[in-house]
Amino acid sequence: MTRTTSRLVLVLATVSAALAIAVHAARLPEQQPPAVSLTITGEPGSLPRYAVPDFIALSSDADTLDAVKTIGQALWDDLSFEREFDMIPRDTYASIPAARSLAGIPFDRWRELGADALLVGTVEKRGDAFRVEVRLFGVKQKQAAYSRELTAAATNPRFVAHTIADEIFQTQLALRGVARTKIAFVSDREGLRLTGTVESRVVKEVYICDYDGANQRPLTTNRTLNINPTWSPDARSIAYTSYRRGIPDIFISNIYQGTMENPLRSRVEENFLPAWSPDGTRIAFQSNRDGNAEIYVMNRDGSGIRRVTSHPMSDTTPTWSPSGNQIAFTSDRSGSPQIYVVDVDGLNLRLLTRESYCDRATWSPAPYNEIAYAARTGGGLDIFVLDVATRERRQLTFGEGISESPAYAANGRHIAFSSTRGGKSQLYTIERTGKDVRLLTRIGNNQTPDWSK
Amino acid sequence: MRSRLTLSGLFILATLLVLSAGACTKKTPPVARPIPPPPPVTTAVAPARPPAPAEPVKEPAMVPTAPITEDRVGAVTLDEINRNSPLKPVFFGYDQTDISADAQRILDANAEVLKKNATWVITIEGHCDERGTAEYNLALAERRAGAARTYLVSLGIAGDRIRTVSYGKEFPFDPAHTEDAWAKNRRGHFVVTQK
Repeated sequence: MTRTTSRLVLVLATVSAALAIAVHAARLPEQQPPAVSLTITGEPGSLPRYAVPDFIALSSDADTLDAVKTIGQALWDDLSFEREFDMIPRDTYASIPAARSLAGIPFDRWRELGADALLVGTVEKRGDAFRVEVRLFGVKQKQAAYSRELTAAATNPRFVAHTIADEIFQTQLALRGVARTKIAFVSDREGLRLTGTVESRVVKEVYICDYDGANQRPLTTNRTLNINPTWSPDARSIAYTSYRRGIPDIFISNIYQGTMENPLRSRVEENFLPAWSPDGTRIAFQSNRDGNAEIYVMNRDGSGIRRVTSHPMSDTTPTWSPSGNQIAFTSDRSGSPQIYVVDVDGLNLRLLTRESYCDRATWSPAPYNEIAYAARTGGGLDIFVLDVATRERRQLTFGEGISESPAYAANGRHIAFSSTRGGKSQLYTIERTGKDVRLLTRIGNNQTPDWSK
Repeated sequence: MRSRLTLSGLFILATLLVLSAGACTKKTPPVARPIPPPPPVTTAVAPARPPAPAEPVKEPAMVPTAPITEDRVGAVTLDEINRNSPLKPVFFGYDQTDISADAQRILDANAEVLKKNATWVITIEGHCDERGTAEYNLALAERRAGAARTYLVSLGIAGDRIRTVSYGKEFPFDPAHTEDAWAKNRRGHFVVTQK
């Protein structure tokens, strides 16, 4: 092993070790199953109104006093994300006396504020861990709809909130929450200049953040060009295209082990745009190994390469159907890039879109059967969604800069994308209905998001 | 070269110092009270020096220049070649990958350069403007680089001397958002990777 390689490995290992610690700390042992006894509803025709005050500190150290605020705010944000609850603004709670324990809740005061549901909890520091106890009360019923005790390392209180939020979505709405999912993307925020080029070029590295843009941190540190990261279905590995060896090739970073794989070890051919099969065993990608851009499928370790498409024009940007039986991809065989679907064995090809120009299909998870993509509108690009069964299409973004690279959240209700609407390219999320655009990044250019399942 | 400059520089400096020393002594007239005349030593040195240097200073100029030039040529790095590259970029139309008549003329000239420098191995980088998608542009830029490569091979340049790399729209030459910038960014850029 050369010195450079070992240094790179060391750097990668360091970064991954840091990630591993964060995640280990975040993992919550199941201590008691969430108990459900009540579904809290709102007034007829309205969403249930939720109040989430700061948690109650049962220990008086600085970590606890910080955590009770962090958890309260993060929970309020998490629960607002699906827009299934009417969240009562937190700055209106001041008149209600803070409870000192879960037994002393002034329910009538919360009822006066119009709350249907009240989420309260306690935090106590024990050693390096927080012991957290939570209740979701029906305010009218003065009865717990959800209660939970959990212990978590004191380093990541936001993850405690995300866990509780996802459980409330599950138990109250039978909805899969995405508060614990993450987004991978590339960023040039460090502004580092690539070495060995005459033109001034800026390094792009793969980054990871929480679904809401919190905890942004770099995954790669190879100081070259890295693009188009994609999550493995188990969210423990990220495959991406890296130019770290000069030629674009597919790399896989196992983010909690600190190891890296380079399954194809390309010498000449260019391999791009890996996409994991839903079961995580295979990767679809684009390669010019046979002379021009075609879609291939390989096993995760680079074995068993099979060609899926065959056309003298370019076939690119593969994505799997949730069933794993089909691959959607982009081809310019008709003269302009359009989205096609083909069975994984290469048969049964059909054209899906009739745009002037479109690309980067991303297939929604069930229960929706949609494909989101970017299409040219005037001079820019906008995000569209196509219902695969009915072929009805709807436009989500409207002509504000270049909006592209859509990626579905695990519950199919949200789409992450990048847009230059504010000048530089930044990441945003938007609901599949086109509502509730949220900005996730602010520093440098941030592009090609992928949302963990 | 440098040593000659330095030595003659020293000479000039020395002369100036001496002259100015002389000038200074002359330009210090008594203002308030009489000042004793400057010690004779300084004035004695000044006239003694000037005549001497001319010949001895020129001698180091004999440093042979030819070997240095040879060394310099040998030391030209790939970076230096690429900084003033004799291989010119070719440009493409919007969404296009075909080699235009202009591009043909540039590639003809590039082929001549490659024939003269028969050991050079090059990479043709394909680039796009920002208006296409990040992903499809990887394929489009790949085809642009491939088209330039095919043309060079048709002119007799060995295929194994030409690699291609697609950068999509990742590295615009001109970051502006204008027709002018976009035209510059839709390019095949030539890099000498081995000489």
